[in-house]
Amino acid sequence: MNIYEQQASNKRQTAALMLLFFVFFLFLGLGFDVFVLGMPVPGTRVEAAGPVVDDGYAGNYGRYAGLRGYYAPVRGRTNFPWGTMAGVIAAAVIMIASLVQGPEMVLSSAMARRADPADPKERQLLNVVEEISIAAGVPMPQVYVVPDADPNAFATGFSPDKSFIAFTRGSLDALNREELQGVAAHEMSHIRNYDIRLVTMISALCGAIVLLSDFAKRSMRGGIIPSSGSSRGKGKGGGAMMFVFAIWLVLLLLAPVISRLMAVAVSRRREYLADASGAELTRNPLALARALEKIRGSSAPTAALNHDGVAHMCIADPRGSYFDDKEGFAADLLSTHPPLEKRILALKMMAYQPTNA
Amino acid sequence: MVAIILVAVIALLGGWLAVMFNSLVSLRNRVANAFKQIDVQLKRRYDLIPNLVSAVKGEMKFESETLERVIKARAAAVAASAGASVADISKKEGELSQALGRLIALSENYPNLKASDAVRGLMEELTSTENKIAFARQFYNDIVTAFNTSQQVFPNNLVAAALGFKPAELFEIPESAKQEREVPKVDLSV
Repeated sequence: MNIYEQQASNKRQTAALMLLFFVFFLFLGLGFDVFVLGMPVPGTRVEAAGPVVDDGYAGNYGRYAGLRGYYAPVRGRTNFPWGTMAGVIAAAVIMIASLVQGPEMVLSSAMARRADPADPKERQLLNVVEEISIAAGVPMPQVYVVPDADPNAFATGFSPDKSFIAFTRGSLDALNREELQGVAAHEMSHIRNYDIRLVTMISALCGAIVLLSDFAKRSMRGGIIPSSGSSRGKGKGGGAMMFVFAIWLVLLLLAPVISRLMAVAVSRRREYLADASGAELTRNPLALARALEKIRGSSAPTAALNHDGVAHMCIADPRGSYFDDKEGFAADLLSTHPPLEKRILALKMMAYQPTNA
Repeated sequence: MVAIILVAVIALLGGWLAVMFNSLVSLRNRVANAFKQIDVQLKRRYDLIPNLVSAVKGEMKFESETLERVIKARAAAVAASAGASVADISKKEGELSQALGRLIALSENYPNLKASDAVRGLMEELTSTENKIAFARQFYNDIVTAFNTSQQVFPNNLVAAALGFKPAELFEIPESAKQEREVPKVDLSV
């Protein structure tokens, strides 16, 4: 897979993710309408209903759910799909906010500050990033420094035109110029491949899902959902409704797990590619391999980067994960990064095949 | 019937010509832009060298030959940059890179220089500029290769020249400089 295919695939995946996000919120909103506000489920009959009432509401429903031929609701509850509307609006707001504010929020959550050209090491970092952006032919990203003693780095942003690259202070102190260049090239590949856009979207999705499932747990403890749920189940559609309700509940409870797995699945493959195309930029895979070795040497959890919003963006997993040096199914499921050992080996192989660049 | 087919063929040919012409024009502009990027870095290097030479002159007085070569190579490169021949510029710049590389390597022998913040700052700027030149050249050569390839592939090669496109020149390091570009020898025996 070359870089253009990767760019296209990333843009496609981002769009698909946004769609999925939208559908997910629509579904949640619909569930809220049906089970909490007591709206009739599209396509089911309520036994106690009177004659078909065609008073314009049905038309409204037809528009909103894409289905026709309803019975008017009996219990006189709201007919307007408040939950669905709220879900759609929330999805739109979250998406827009995450695209506009996401990168800045990631940086501030890592307590990153702008690199200071007066400091010799940070001056060098600025130079190195500028060199790599010339090699990649993209505008120079804004450079940030995370005040943490462990070596690590990440990139974020929405597009190569406006992107951010952050290094921990520890990586500046531990890595020499060439190694710094290797890491910067790795991060630049994430920027150039549009990995950053996809990851920004995923973080927004994760955040929203976690928020929602928290909210759902709390409202169930408050008894909102069971009370409305118990008043149903008498109609013919009761079975189907219970089924939908169960799916809705499961989705809500599993949401944090799902979001975690998605973030993981997405970022593991990307690391190999970023290593390879980073080496293609510097034509010096060994420097990145040495940098990874140094980063690996200090694999303690990095406090400033050790949360879900940032962790899967870093060059090496800041959780100092047990799984990071393991292979196999569990590791594949739970680790955001491929084993450092394998990455280092792959880079060294590249160095021995210079014609394969 | 024949007329319809004829019109369709002409329309198709015209469409193909337009698409090819536009993509070649955009590549040509990217080549020009990439060359400007090299140029910016070369100018920066011309500005940095006098500062560096005057900063290390006092300490490195036994290396006057090396310093002399850097100054001469810079003057030659500045003169070449006024002309527009890529081959000439790249030859002179290659010689300057090589003279500078030697100066930087030799300066490692002078602990006083390494201890000086000013010299260290200048060395960092110079190293960075050298890298930027190398990367800008790499990027330029990649785009030139894409530009030349798209002129030379069939069927573009039938009309590219007629439309006024010429292959662009690669920014190459001359063969003579390349041999000496290997690690400069540092004589440690006193």
